Amino acid sequence: MIKLNVNGEAREFEGDGDMPLLWYLRDLLTLTGTKFGCGKGLCGACTVHLDGQAVRSCSVSMNRLEGANITTIEGLAAQGEHPLQIAWAAHMVPQCGYCQSGQIMQAASLLEGNPDPDDLQIDDAMSGVICRCGTYQRIRAAIKSAAGGGA
Amino acid sequence: MKHTRQLSRRDFLKTGGVFVVGVSLFGCGKENVPGLVKPASGVPWSPDVFVSFEADGTARIISHRSEMGQGIRTGLPAVLADEMEADWSRVRVEQSVGDAKYGNQNTDGSWSVRGFMQRMLEAGATVRLMLEQSAAQQWGVDVSECAAEFHTVVHKPSGRVLDYKDLVAGASELPVPGLEQLEFKSPERYRYIGKELPIVDMHDMTHGSADYGADIRLPGMKFAAIARPPVVFGKVKTYDAQKTMALAGVERVIEMPAPEPPAVFKALGGIAVIAENSWAALRGRDLLSIEWDDGANADYDSAEFGKALRETVRQPGKPQRDEGNIDEALKTANRTLEAEYYAPHLAHAPMEPPAAAASVTADFCEIWAPSQDPQSLIPMAEAITGLKPEQIRINVTLLGGAFGRKSKCDFVEEAVILSKQLAAPVMVQWSREDDIRHDYYHTVSAQHLAASIDEQGKVTGWRHRVAYPSIMSTFDAAVKEAVPFETGLAALNLPYSIPNIRLETGVAESKVRIGWLRSVCNIFQSFAVNSFTDEIAKARGMDPLENLLELLGPDRTLDFTELGLEATENYPFDTGRLRSVTELVAQKAGWGRSLPQGHGIGIAAQYSFHSYVAAVVEVAVDGDGAWRVPRVDIAIDCGQYVNPDRVRAQQEGAVVFGLSLARDSQITAANGRIEQGNFNNYQVLRIGLTPDTRVHLVESSAPPAGVGEPGVPPIAPAVTNAIFAATGKRFRDLPLGRTLDLTPV
Repeated sequence: MIKLNVNGEAREFEGDGDMPLLWYLRDLLTLTGTKFGCGKGLCGACTVHLDGQAVRSCSVSMNRLEGANITTIEGLAAQGEHPLQIAWAAHMVPQCGYCQSGQIMQAASLLEGNPDPDDLQIDDAMSGVICRCGTYQRIRAAIKSAAGGGA
Repeated sequence: MKHTRQLSRRDFLKTGGVFVVGVSLFGCGKENVPGLVKPASGVPWSPDVFVSFEADGTARIISHRSEMGQGIRTGLPAVLADEMEADWSRVRVEQSVGDAKYGNQNTDGSWSVRGFMQRMLEAGATVRLMLEQSAAQQWGVDVSECAAEFHTVVHKPSGRVLDYKDLVAGASELPVPGLEQLEFKSPERYRYIGKELPIVDMHDMTHGSADYGADIRLPGMKFAAIARPPVVFGKVKTYDAQKTMALAGVERVIEMPAPEPPAVFKALGGIAVIAENSWAALRGRDLLSIEWDDGANADYDSAEFGKALRETVRQPGKPQRDEGNIDEALKTANRTLEAEYYAPHLAHAPMEPPAAAASVTADFCEIWAPSQDPQSLIPMAEAITGLKPEQIRINVTLLGGAFGRKSKCDFVEEAVILSKQLAAPVMVQWSREDDIRHDYYHTVSAQHLAASIDEQGKVTGWRHRVAYPSIMSTFDAAVKEAVPFETGLAALNLPYSIPNIRLETGVAESKVRIGWLRSVCNIFQSFAVNSFTDEIAKARGMDPLENLLELLGPDRTLDFTELGLEATENYPFDTGRLRSVTELVAQKAGWGRSLPQGHGIGIAAQYSFHSYVAAVVEVAVDGDGAWRVPRVDIAIDCGQYVNPDRVRAQQEGAVVFGLSLARDSQITAANGRIEQGNFNNYQVLRIGLTPDTRVHLVESSAPPAGVGEPGVPPIAPAVTNAIFAATGKRFRDLPLGRTLDLTPV
């Protein structure tokens, strides 16, 4: 049995330890805000926080998660709004919206470690998260305005 | 691809007041029981299929077009809300089921606003008039003294005010007025139309609570993954599922029916693995051992096929447009030039791979799908289940990107087939590899262009030969040549003022399923036309912008209906508008400005989906051939627009889409199998290469035209034109790759 914490709730998992965290979240916990995009860590749609760090949940097996703290988009700002969520709305970032959970989780992790990133640092941190609609320009702007504290 | 306008005014009146509210599970949490269509309740007034009122005055407006990122769930309801003088904060947008009573729901071809803006205005004006009539009745005054204003009606002489909620009961007793009684707001009174409005899904999309096709969870739902034939129309010879069945969580293995040509939107067949979660299904699928009979398409080899296409366009084809005498013009020219262009297959690769849920019982079939064309699912479900249309319910989820892929219901059919067989709700989840390897591919093309130039440097002739597998081959295997709706996208409708013009089509057989991808054949035809235009500028020693404007010629309207293109009322091809956006973008981009070493700028212009777009791209190429695009200016005249922010967003996205296909994306086949499978080898643009994109939106009172697709076509040719300006080398094959070979030819 694997004991872990998801969005502040204690959870126990007793299935196939090879199951990626992504499917545990989506199918067993019905936390479908975390999206499936590639299954190979190539697109970032499934990004969540593992002990505060952005990871691709499609590429992390459950058997590595004993004692882990997981935060998904649903738990990013349990009370109120994360500054990035406010900035995302202010810059009207989403088009289809599918990748945006991963984008926001990746950006939140970036700002956690670097409260004032420049363009290059944003591009570096965000390069693993694909947006096929092409909202990148607004993602950059939204991250900057969230970092500046005035979404 | 049929863009027949169906603004059925008769339906509008006929259905007034007969509105059955179904309770959709979409957006209502995951614990609801599927299969129920509840009758209307608590809806005091439904004057139109698109709008109903609750007792508290909340207006429920139906979005009947599919939302895939273009913002239509906000745009069309805002039009209706504006015309009925609604307070947007008291409007709730609800996604409709698939139902012909709404008119056409096939969300493709960039025509949702073009096709339905007027219909929304009529619905809004009807509601507004009836609310004014209701107020007049309550006050015992003439309706001409009453004016709707922001969810209230005001009695002008006395200043009395009634909220819409207090008018709903009275209005529901009134007859629905005829269209001839309606008066429309003047545009200067618009509150929402033409104004920036945040999308209605903003909160859900940024909090993980928006439901896409893959997010539907139903009680007792099974998860399915399918091993499909690696070659189209291949079949299962034998299979062994022993390892699969030994996997925890796997429940069953089912052989899917194998389709026969033509492909249409039929499920592809193969072996389905049914499991209690997605992981077990996907893992179990990979453990299957299958021997395939590949069938007739196993010989598809992209390298060979490309060579054959190029050979085809080096020979005369079948004339599709023939003005003047191009043979004579080329023969007697002072100078001629020729060039050959090639563009590969592309995959749609929406971020949400295809996924759909179905629940089939003995007397009901309910579907949840990210479908661009929900009504098309009804006959599909009828055929599989034997149920009648009234026993079938199509719920449309949000679409996690689509770009044309989700017009095709093969993945939904799989869910229906499996749910029927299992007598349980089923979610079919495609992997990324499934998506890339079993797409309806954007076609592969070769094109050959030739031009003649006289002693004065005038262009006297233009000959364009195209060869590519046709989209129509997906519906009729006998079609082996491009058809007018395809050539009509940037080739047949060449707007240049040249006396001798011919377009020829060559034969090309299809070996995979061909589909339509954002802006369709404009992608490669506009690439060739705009590239060749730039080559002509070079040959003439002219500035590319000056050359382009000269070829466009005097402002005039063009009509290609005799060549087989669909006539569209109120939408003439006006070359003056194309000239204007070209001049605008050149001015905004600072055409002719001095650039750093290694930089170059290129221009391209394209009319598509009744909109006019021109782009200026700046490239930076280093000595090793590595290149990037620091800046793109793009100007669009799409006629009247509803939400300028979404028009801009679509152009920003189109730039990224265009750069992806210009730089990286290509699908190739070997032995009939697609060689790419995921984002490692089917590359699309990431944030680091995204240019500073500046959108220039033209104010226009012309009727509304396309927005989602028209930004794509000019990008790739503006890139290669810019690379030519920077390096002096012409690149004619897509994709260009990350490093350009700058060795002189």
